[in-house]
Amino acid sequence: MADALKAKIQDVFDEPGCGTNLNKSEQQRKKGCAKPLSPGAAAGGCAFDGAKIALQPIVDVAHLVHAPLACEGNGWDNRGAASSGSELYRTGFTTDLTEIDIVMGHGEKKLYRAIREVIEAHDPPAVFVYSTCVTALIGDDIDAVCKAATEQFGTPCIPVNAPGFAGSKNLGNKLAGEALLDGVIGTIEPEFETPLDVNIIGDYNLSGELWQVKPLFDRLGIRILGSITGDARYRQVAMAHRAKVTMLVCSKALINLARKLDDRYGIPYFEGSFYGISDTSDALRTMCRMLVERGAEAALLDRCEALIAEEEAKIRAALEVYRPRVAGRKVLLYTGGHKSWSVVSALQELGMEVIGTSVRKATDEDKDRVKEIMQTDAHMFDNMAPKDMYRLLKEAGADVLMSGGRSQFVALKAKMPWVDVNQEKHEPYAGYVGMLDLVRAIDRAVNNPMWRDLRDPAPWEDGERAEGTGFLPPLTGTCPVTNASNVSLVPPPWTGPVSQPDDPMPPAPRPHRASDADLAQGPGLGGYLSSGTDFEDC
Amino acid sequence: MARITHPKRALSTNPLKSSAPLGAALAYLGIDGAIPLFHGSQGCTAFAMVHLVRHFKEAVPLQTTAMNEVSTILGGADQIEEAIENLRKKSAPRFIGIASTALTETRGEDVAGELRDIVARRRDFADTAIVYASTPDFAGGMEDGWSKAVTAIVEALVPETDPVFRDPDLRQVNLLAGSHLTPAEVEELVRLVRAFGLNPVVLPDISGSLDGHVADDWRGTSLGGTRVEAIPAMAKSVFTLAIGEAMRPAAQKLEARAFVPYRVFQSVTGLKPVDALVRTLMGLAHAADAPPSVKRDRARLIDASLDAHFHIGGLKVAIGADPDLLFALSTTLAGLGAEIVTAVSTTTANGVLERVPASEVVIGDLGDVERGAQAAGAQILVTHAHGRHAAHRLHLPLIRAGFPIFDRLGAQDICRVGYRGTRAFLYEVANAVQAVHHRPAPEDFGAAPIEKEFEHDPHTASC
Repeated sequence: MADALKAKIQDVFDEPGCGTNLNKSEQQRKKGCAKPLSPGAAAGGCAFDGAKIALQPIVDVAHLVHAPLACEGNGWDNRGAASSGSELYRTGFTTDLTEIDIVMGHGEKKLYRAIREVIEAHDPPAVFVYSTCVTALIGDDIDAVCKAATEQFGTPCIPVNAPGFAGSKNLGNKLAGEALLDGVIGTIEPEFETPLDVNIIGDYNLSGELWQVKPLFDRLGIRILGSITGDARYRQVAMAHRAKVTMLVCSKALINLARKLDDRYGIPYFEGSFYGISDTSDALRTMCRMLVERGAEAALLDRCEALIAEEEAKIRAALEVYRPRVAGRKVLLYTGGHKSWSVVSALQELGMEVIGTSVRKATDEDKDRVKEIMQTDAHMFDNMAPKDMYRLLKEAGADVLMSGGRSQFVALKAKMPWVDVNQEKHEPYAGYVGMLDLVRAIDRAVNNPMWRDLRDPAPWEDGERAEGTGFLPPLTGTCPVTNASNVSLVPPPWTGPVSQPDDPMPPAPRPHRASDADLAQGPGLGGYLSSGTDFEDC
Repeated sequence: MARITHPKRALSTNPLKSSAPLGAALAYLGIDGAIPLFHGSQGCTAFAMVHLVRHFKEAVPLQTTAMNEVSTILGGADQIEEAIENLRKKSAPRFIGIASTALTETRGEDVAGELRDIVARRRDFADTAIVYASTPDFAGGMEDGWSKAVTAIVEALVPETDPVFRDPDLRQVNLLAGSHLTPAEVEELVRLVRAFGLNPVVLPDISGSLDGHVADDWRGTSLGGTRVEAIPAMAKSVFTLAIGEAMRPAAQKLEARAFVPYRVFQSVTGLKPVDALVRTLMGLAHAADAPPSVKRDRARLIDASLDAHFHIGGLKVAIGADPDLLFALSTTLAGLGAEIVTAVSTTTANGVLERVPASEVVIGDLGDVERGAQAAGAQILVTHAHGRHAAHRLHLPLIRAGFPIFDRLGAQDICRVGYRGTRAFLYEVANAVQAVHHRPAPEDFGAAPIEKEFEHDPHTASC
């Protein structure tokens, strides 16, 4: 690993903006927050995966992966980050390194040519170049190639140094943030600025979640200047340094980016979430307060309160319709972090009973909130093995599992309703309207009439005997599948001459090592030798 | 004979191929109680797993040796041993299939040697069969990885037999299934073989593990497939049927170790290729006649061909797939008069490409399929689900074939082999052609449209 990358990783692990990090001793902090992975029991993506996830929603950029096939070939166009414009981000670009490229050291040259080809074919505002395990291992200097290509072609080429083996997905997110700080943010000045310009960091507009809250911003006159990175344009990211306030959405992953925007450009940030009614209101309130502190007119606060009151009343009325359909249902929640309590409170408001919530990746603060909301810590759990979760669900300790895609099949195979609440979901659940979508999804899942039918015993399991069963004569006649008589699956024996002019398989030259005796074991098998030629008919 | 060409360029746009380790993993998943293990960084596994899950809509057990920078440089033997130990503790697999990745192969590890050491030292691993295949991402694609994994399984688990003592079971045949076969297709071939009173041992058999079923319990391993004890018994089979040219190395390996003669069926889609298979089965069963169900299926395929050739004859087809699938589907369509105007494939390792009924086969990506289809005026696309963007841009129907198919349900149930499968395939293509709505208009023929004054314009009087 290049020294520069090592230094970068040390740097992102030493994050004064992160509470967990601050609580560590000097010794612990040196180790970073990467947990050693145990072979055979690891799950989750790598640093490259994390970097790609964070940057791919910049939709008009060409994302070029410098790697052998797997990194891009197995993973392109696999997330639902929505775009309101260019579709270029959905196009998979890779140098697809071959053995020859690696052995002969052609990597850098191939990358340079690939950059030229992608610029010629698509003329993007920028090319993001990702390094990966293999190209980092053989020492390709993507920084140098990007620099040369930028000078030669005039299109900014941004190196993203996050090879997979550097660490986890989370680290990759952070390294992606660093790449933006180093190469993109601050490179373009906006034509005009308003006192209501904000940055949104950490929302990737999956299934259009950003658009669920954007109408609220629109009504308050707040402009999303820098979007990092939901439905983002390259120019937007490049202008992010001129925003007045940064909101870090529901994620510690990009906290380094938010903090450094503060350090370098004096843009204050806050952490907020758009999951749940009260969270959405809090986020709007905080944003408006901070904007006013930074010079927006004070009337914004009143407009904000009016909007919140109106929207909350509207959504509560809409949700009330669903209360009888979901009240009393038992939910097992397997998400973690912030959502371990934000979703709990939302569900409890609707009369649902949360029988357990996972506190993976949650901070102590998050855990305290869970205890406060659920009045006990008896329902908190950390990780649960798929096997145990399957048993819990099968024994019907719950009515529905809400989790991410990884446990989807644990629930479904236990014949248990499942609602996706993680990043890969296909439905947006953000903002006030998102809550309604979530409750609709829960209703649709738990009240589907299918579950009862699926769980009912099969005809041979319920012990009921149909009328008319008794002694049956043994089967005779023809096989129902093959129509062969006497249930013998063997067709009538061969009676023709042993070798015919149009013999389907003329004897082929025999391999030397097999003796005739071995091969003439059965009648007529003499001709069945390996044939160098293939079926002759086609 | 098709010309094989490699476009001279550095940039791959919209990859057509999936990686070789993924192919190996899929093959390993055709063994009962199996867990595939990637020797690489955890991302290699995560990407492959998501890819497989999106296609099969199933939980897919797939694990990683979780190589980091340090273990990559120093060598990963310890990581492999620890991974095997952890897997055995957690899920008690009967079979662990290891596939290397570009990362470990770039460093150049002697995994085979290390694994021999580990297995010799760790007697407690004895009840788990462990197989290793070298499948770097930078060489070949999914089909190559699958082929190497199956060859490795044969090498590791089929005993060497002395030809003098070879005593074959005359009703048992080996069926080496290629990577292009879906679970439903394996099942169809098994049905065909059984119809002749023969008993097939399928390797690998994804029809038991990835057919999409709800089991009675949760297992952290594959849920069905070839039983580990059935693999050594393949040495007793009277014959090996290898489906797809890519299975030739595995068939040859079986012959070398156990003297089981083989025959490669480069395709089992289309009338003549299935006829060839049926002839072989008749010979093996020593039968002068085929079962009535098989005869009826053939008669129905002939009728389907009669009905479908009106739509398929002259149809300009652009197709992108791994070599064996490319060959099977393109020969079938060309056999009904279609013109393969663009053929794109993934790897040169498979000699069948030269027999593809097109003037040129490009070793390329979906960008080549799209450009070729546009330039040649193709009327239909045949490729995997990532082709949807090209189909959308070109306004062409897309027949989804190959891996991955993530935007349609039931990818495991697609069956295009045998008489029945071919019949379904012909209907599928003919229907896709008919679904393109085109009403002939005078303009199509250069005639002037009907004059406006003849047209009655409803509701004009009232407003």
